[in-house]
Amino acid sequence: MNYEELGLRVGIEIHRQLDTERKLFCNCKTTPSGGGRIIEFTRWLRETQSELGEIDPAARFEMKKMRRIIYRADTECTCLVEMDEEPPHMLNEEAVRIALTVAKLLGARPVDEIHVMRKIVIDGSNTTGFQRTCIVATGGRIVIDGFEVPIQTITLEEDAARIVESTPTHVIYDLSRLGIPLIEVSTAPVITSPEQAVKTAYALGKILRATRRVKRGIGTIRQDLNISIRGTGIIEVKGVQELDLIPKIIDYEARRLRHLLGLMEELKKRGITPENIQAERPVDVTDIFASTTSRVVSRKISEGGRVYALRLPGFCGLLRSIDDEGVRLGKDLSEYAKAWGGVEGIFHSDELPAYGITQKEVEAVASRLNLKPIDAFVLVADREREVLEALDAVKNRAAEAITTVPGETRGPRPDGTTFYMRPRPGSARMYPETDIPPLIITQSLLEEIASNLPPTLDELASSLSKKHGLSSQLIWELIDSERLEEFEELVGIGIQPGFAASFLTEGYKELRREGYPVDEVEFSKVKEYFELVVRGVTAKESAKQVLSYLSRNPSSSVGEALDKLGLRAPPLEEVVEQIDRLIAEITSEQPHSDPTGPLMGRLMKIYRGRIDGAFLSELVKKRLSALRNR
Amino acid sequence: MVESWQGYRGRVREILLAAGLDIGDEVEVVKPDGEVYRGYLMSRYEHAEDGYIVIKLRNGYNIGIAITEGVVIRRVGPGPKPAFKRPEPPKLDPNLPHVSIISTGGTIASRVDYRTGAVKPALTSEDLITLVPEIAEKAYVEAEILLSKFSENMTPSDWDKIAQKIDEKIRSGYSGVVISHGTDTMHYTAAALSFALAGTPIPVVLVGAQRSSDRPSSDAATNLIAAVQIAAYAPFGEVVVAMHDWHSDNVIAIHRGTRVVKMHTSSRDAFRSVNAEPIAYLRNNELVLNDEHYNKRGSNSYDYRPGFSDEAALVKFYPSLSPAIIEYFLERGFRGIILEGTGLGHVASNWIPTLRKAIEMGVFIGMTSQCRFGRVNMYVYDNGRDIKRVGVTPLEDMLSETALVKLMWVLARTRELEDVRRMMLTPIAGELGYRTLPSSMRPEQT
Ligand SMILES: [Zn+2]
Repeated sequence: MNYEELGLRVGIEIHRQLDTERKLFCNCKTTPSGGGRIIEFTRWLRETQSELGEIDPAARFEMKKMRRIIYRADTECTCLVEMDEEPPHMLNEEAVRIALTVAKLLGARPVDEIHVMRKIVIDGSNTTGFQRTCIVATGGRIVIDGFEVPIQTITLEEDAARIVESTPTHVIYDLSRLGIPLIEVSTAPVITSPEQAVKTAYALGKILRATRRVKRGIGTIRQDLNISIRGTGIIEVKGVQELDLIPKIIDYEARRLRHLLGLMEELKKRGITPENIQAERPVDVTDIFASTTSRVVSRKISEGGRVYALRLPGFCGLLRSIDDEGVRLGKDLSEYAKAWGGVEGIFHSDELPAYGITQKEVEAVASRLNLKPIDAFVLVADREREVLEALDAVKNRAAEAITTVPGETRGPRPDGTTFYMRPRPGSARMYPETDIPPLIITQSLLEEIASNLPPTLDELASSLSKKHGLSSQLIWELIDSERLEEFEELVGIGIQPGFAASFLTEGYKELRREGYPVDEVEFSKVKEYFELVVRGVTAKESAKQVLSYLSRNPSSSVGEALDKLGLRAPPLEEVVEQIDRLIAEITSEQPHSDPTGPLMGRLMKIYRGRIDGAFLSELVKKRLSALRNR
Repeated sequence: MVESWQGYRGRVREILLAAGLDIGDEVEVVKPDGEVYRGYLMSRYEHAEDGYIVIKLRNGYNIGIAITEGVVIRRVGPGPKPAFKRPEPPKLDPNLPHVSIISTGGTIASRVDYRTGAVKPALTSEDLITLVPEIAEKAYVEAEILLSKFSENMTPSDWDKIAQKIDEKIRSGYSGVVISHGTDTMHYTAAALSFALAGTPIPVVLVGAQRSSDRPSSDAATNLIAAVQIAAYAPFGEVVVAMHDWHSDNVIAIHRGTRVVKMHTSSRDAFRSVNAEPIAYLRNNELVLNDEHYNKRGSNSYDYRPGFSDEAALVKFYPSLSPAIIEYFLERGFRGIILEGTGLGHVASNWIPTLRKAIEMGVFIGMTSQCRFGRVNMYVYDNGRDIKRVGVTPLEDMLSETALVKLMWVLARTRELEDVRRMMLTPIAGELGYRTLPSSMRPEQT
């Protein structure tokens, strides 16, 4: 696809959790382990009306749902601050220092005084109804293949609560994550290709990781993409976790937007106006489906639901895909219906008859609606209120399609496509967090940070490769798999660097390929295992076996794994006896040759994974020389 | 004190005024090194450091800029002044019970000016029902502002003003009255109104918020809706406090005005009934009565008796506190003191001569307990018996704050020690109980 011709523009916001001791506005720790007392409480949020009286589109979307919000608080890592029962404490200075370090690395300019703001978010992900956020620095740049991508802002904000369950009537959030410091770096929307976008995200990620103070692992990094092509609104794709998805999503959105622009032209050509659409009213067609063979529709009707149809004048043939696979307006309409009406989905005339809905039923609906050949219709079966909400959303979206390609907030799917989530918020609703005084950034703090800058990852990689005698490729594999810290920890307790590095890269990769969920094993367990190796309790040759066991048995302790797998080293006396016995055996078989080789072979057969090979070979040497001296 | 303009003082204030700037104007700030910031001038926290200005950037964020030597501030022009359009308020139904909402301070409902961050309280009935439209479904409400005070600044004369206003409403036939009040001293006002409006024929409901109404999570609206519902429909004529029962929004506890205290600095469930249970709860908007002993709505026991003396004091005893504190109050002409003693009702034995002297001067000394929960009993220990013998009056299970307010109210009616004693021990508004039930302190809810 020719992105340049389309006028593709992309901006990236990278959000990453900081590895601070404490949360951003309270003294809770940032490493939830889920061991505390759990309390559950219920809340509602209502949008604070602005002095201007207008309601924000994103806020109206949430208010319309008026869902009961249930919060789960684990008291081990949640206090009254996260419950919105106590005012926030002062801004965490450790987090500010990390953000200032990032600012320095990106050549951004710190503000003189940090002001914490409240950004209205009423989906329940923040107990307060707003997210606390502050600009730490502005400006700066990152250079990608000679192309300069300007940085707009570097902000610190509190991470939101994690959604556990969501139904049309309630939503459950876990508060453990709420308040963990997040750094956000946003670029200007100047990126013009998917490849450039992924390179920018990677480069920004490297800068953040160079601080060595960001959290690692699943859910610690999220990327938002602002995507537009010439003539469209801005699409904000929220929460992309994997780098590899970035180019796929941008490509998908560019194709989707291009398709929608094409539809707009076609609708104009057909002479359809938004007023034509808005004049339509949903029609109850439940009777037509009284004895339908569609399982979904008959289930909905038997549950007391209704079937409604809405005519879309002039939309015939425009709801299905025209050129690109997977891109079609019908899908968007369905997502609007789901998001606004809470229904399971829609049927539209471009795809019917299908799904058990017969040609006869389609014709009956068409004649009930006075459908002309150029018209399309949409069917929804569900509880009446939801159906009408859903069709209202469909109607508004269809009317919009005639004049504009609207900006939206969308979510990513694992296959690189996206889905509609909610409207984009209007001009940011932000007002000062008056519970927190502004924080002055002093010259001396900036000087201190400037003189303690961490090495870049490239510098770090070359110094580590020199220090440990490892190839720089292996070091970069550790960096890219975000296991450098773990590598250093293992080396720190006495594991040989080469072994640690290849275990953390190749070892994990191999087991992952075999289907073991090894990335879910807490590193603390892995480290505990290697501590036992160092103490001689087991041998490093058993590492993969233990890791694969732990990945399949998440509640097992390291000790239990060793017992289950029979990997504990036997007592030394027993080994010595075994060696002596084997020496006697081998020397009687081959009295004139050196017994070391065959001896080691037989010993390893017995003790592989239980006793370290090097240790065993030392022991063999000792026993042999002791016997010789005798 | 240096004169302040929108929180700006001294040199910065001069610079801003000289540049002809107003809050909300668009400004350009050029730093000596050429860095340019553009945004809208914001007012500054009164207590922030001098030497900085605050601007709101186009993306909505505020930042502070140091105004050092060589910084140039230029007014670009006026900021955007968007048209004001307020949503239509819902229609009030005159056939619903009439409820008067009287504001005394604290903002039960407000709007935010997202440009400046200013919080504007709802001032009129229309404003209020636009912001909390649910109350229009429950009652025909009329709102008015009587006082605008932080609750820590309330005085007994304010209690009188509030009582007088409520008395007017009672006489003109309202179904109920809601008093919005800052939370810090709401329980003192509740106790005061309980005595001044003893036997009220309609519910008088005090309500406040622990989270300010300018945030989406505020408890103000849910508490207010509950208060209006109680005022309009509750079967009792009592002075009560309506606040969250716990951390959840779906249960509001209705506490008796003489039995409630604020027991948490910040949590929504700060108000607790002590030595008694709440009169009722609103669970998911449904009234659940919890105590059948109440003054019935429409009863003819109403006895309006305002007036509070300021010659009463409350003294919390602590180990080593000198009885000279009592001398201080005697010298100032105080006529009554509530001692918040330890345990069953004790102060150090070296206080006895001073207490005897005070009582001989005709000053009332009443004893409550700093234990909060339980009843005083001065017969169990020698020291208690000695304190009782010199004439200190044990006040059963009365709360210290309620005892103080009641003493103020009693002293406005009589100064005779025997009469004061008699009245203090005569139940007026549910402030005294003669049976204490187990586990008044509620078990942990989950
Ligand atoms: Zn906390």
